[in-house]
Parts: sequence; structure tokens; C-alpha cells
Amino acid sequence: MQSALARDLAPEVTDPFLPMPYRVVSHHYETADTVTQELASLNGAALAFKPGQFNMLSAFGVGEVAISISGASDDGVRLQHTIRAVGAVSTALAESEVGKIVGVRGPFGTDWGVDDIGSNDVVVVAGGIGLAPLKCVVTSLLERARTGAGRLFVLVGARSPEDVVYKDELDKWRDSGAYVALTVDGAGPEWRGRVGLVTSLIPDAPFDPERSIAMMCGPEIMMRFTARALLDRGIDPASIRLSLERNMQCGIGLCGHCQVGPLLLCRDGPVVTYLGDVPDLMSRREL
Amino acid sequence: MKEDLAEMITHHGLLAGLPPEDMELIAGCAKNVAFDADDLLLEEGAVATTFYLVRRGNVAIEVHQAGRGPLVIETIGPGGAVGWSWLFSPHRWHFDARALEDVGAISIDGACLRTKAEADPAFGYELIKRFAALIIDRLEATQLRLLDIYGDVEGR
Repeated sequence: MQSALARDLAPEVTDPFLPMPYRVVSHHYETADTVTQELASLNGAALAFKPGQFNMLSAFGVGEVAISISGASDDGVRLQHTIRAVGAVSTALAESEVGKIVGVRGPFGTDWGVDDIGSNDVVVVAGGIGLAPLKCVVTSLLERARTGAGRLFVLVGARSPEDVVYKDELDKWRDSGAYVALTVDGAGPEWRGRVGLVTSLIPDAPFDPERSIAMMCGPEIMMRFTARALLDRGIDPASIRLSLERNMQCGIGLCGHCQVGPLLLCRDGPVVTYLGDVPDLMSRREL
Repeated sequence: MKEDLAEMITHHGLLAGLPPEDMELIAGCAKNVAFDADDLLLEEGAVATTFYLVRRGNVAIEVHQAGRGPLVIETIGPGGAVGWSWLFSPHRWHFDARALEDVGAISIDGACLRTKAEADPAFGYELIKRFAALIIDRLEATQLRLLDIYGDVEGR
């Protein structure tokens, strides 16, 4: 049963520039500045998306920002986003408590290509909040890993133990059959885990480089060095996928704000293959 | 026994691919060792006599600061190598290395290896190249961590 407000706010025609109203239905602090929220469509409509795509989220009266989709309920009505408060819009969104209405446009962009991985090993490498767009890859492949249909390796780097997102999920993923390794850049004496760059996890992970697909997301410097470490390990560049982010605004390749060389990342990305112009674009000083 | 050690060293990342005669030289200075959690492999200031090729478990490279206890600089896992001060003067450890859990490693007598390297410059040069690459990797990783790449970012 829809409320009158919901009916008013739910147009029949989908316009890619028109934010659809969603209500914040859960709100969980991952770290001091990072929140995972579940949003429920006011009109009950499901949003069909593929892992890796992003939505433009609106904090009404403040602005709009691109946020990766981290997951969804089985019926697609509830969407999960993990938001790090780094500016006015993301702070307003992250501070939106349960019950608040926000706007959602999307989904936009390319996806991780989970459908075409076959029985290959999948190596997920994430730095910081870069795990957010990869979370739904991991959750969608857990059953595959549990039944032995394909191995899953999740390598995570974070600034400190306090900055690790999805801490509880990491243990669950490990219990479900995924190989999960975590390292932090710095830690106090109470930390019993690994300390070092996320690339240091790559030599130890027992994946088969000749039949692996790598998916990575994090700061671009991290991804440059991670790509190098994956190549050193013997993974084919065509099997390395990464998520790039720029100033996404329109979401459909019209405005050009997110252009990187020949790519309009809101349309041609965020997920791209480490081929063609991509390695060069990642290390070019000026674009 | 030494053949087994040579075989294990052959498969270790740092020394993989060395010719059999070099592997024999190294195996002649090597032995298998095990450490319990919290055991010290290396102690800051002590004479650097050995280095370790980690086979299982994780080792923390630490430095102490009065009032703050041990600060972990880096951890080294299976396939990694711990210690290079045995190769360079003044042959003293600059950091502690502590087992974070039960650790199995191949211990290599640095003084023994230095003697063989002095006697066989080609072998010594190969050894220096391997350790230089290891040091560059560690330096690069440390520099990236100093950048605080996950730290505060500007955004909307």
C-alpha cells in the first residue's frame, strides 16, 4: 500500500536526470567517517543493477554525488551504499539518519563482468573504501566458492585497523570458503595481523595466475602498483579489471566532467580493463 | 638433508632460479628452524649473523619506543625474507623481528654466506642483486605507505 506522498514522488516515466525518492532504512557506521546505508524505494520499485555500477545519490538541497552500489536485497527494492564523508554532499548523505528521504538516479556505468568469469579464480584487491564496489562481487561469488565451483581471493588493504570497512563480513566471507587476507599501513602493538601495503598480499595468495581474473578498486596509486604486482605474478593484462572514478555528474556520458583521455568514465567506466590506454592514463601526469 | 634444504630454498621467492651450484653453497649455510609466537628472531642492536626465509607464519618487524611499546613497521609472511643487515657493515640489526604466531623458517648463516660470496664474486654479485631487489621492494612499499594513500581526500 503506497502512501500519497510515495505516489506523488514516484513518476511513471523514468527520466535519467530525475532522482527517485528512497528512504534510509538502516544506517551503520563502518568507521569514524564511513557509513553503510540501506535505502528503500518509496514506490516499491526494484532497481536492476550489476555489481560495479554506481548510483547518483542526492542529498536534497545540498547536491548529488556518485556512490557505488554495494549490495541489494533479493527483491532489489533495498539498495546498499557505503559512503565516506569527504565533502558537503557525502557528509550530508552519510549523516542522513533512518527515515530521511534521499534521491537516487541510476544505475550507471559498466560492471565487473561477474557473469563471464567461468570457473576462473577471482582475485579481488581493495584498498580502503574501494571494497565497497567490490562487496557485491564477493557476496555473489561466495556460494560458488563454498561449493568449489571457483575460488575466490579477497585481498584488503586499509590505513589502520580502525579504518577497515565490513569487518564483520570479512570473517563471514572467510568462513564461507573465500581466501581473505587483510593488511594495514600502520597499527599499534595490539594489532596481531599484517602490516604493509596491499600489494604485499599478492605473492602469498595461492591463486593460479594463468586462470585468474583480478578486480581491483582503491586509490589510483594503489591500483597502479597493484596492477604491477599482479602482472609480476603472471596475470594477463586482459584479465585485470579496475574501477576508476572521476567527477561523475550526468551519469550518461553527456556532460564530459568525468572524461579521462578517450573515456567518459560514467559511461565507459567505472570498470575498465587494464588494456589499451588505461595503463598509460593511470600514470600520465596531466590529462 | 642439505638436499631437502636446497630444494626448499629453490622454491623460495628470494633465491629461486639460482644455479644448482649456488644453491649448494647456500644450503651449506642453512638449517631449518621454528619459533613460537612472540619469540624474537632478530633483536635491534645485536650482531647480524643470520637471515630467515619464512616458510609459514608471520613475522613482525618492530621498533620500540619508550612508553609506546613495540610499533610494527611491517609484517613478513610465508615466502618473504627477514633480515639483510648481515650483508652490510656494521652487521647489526636495526629492528626487532618477532614471530606473530608459530613460525617455520630456513635460517641462513650470514657470516658463512659472506665468506663464500667473497671467495666467489659471481655468486656474491648475484646475492647482492637479489637482496638489492628485496630492499627496493620494501623501500617502495614504505614510501607508498608514507603517502597515506587512504587518508583524507577531497571530494563532494
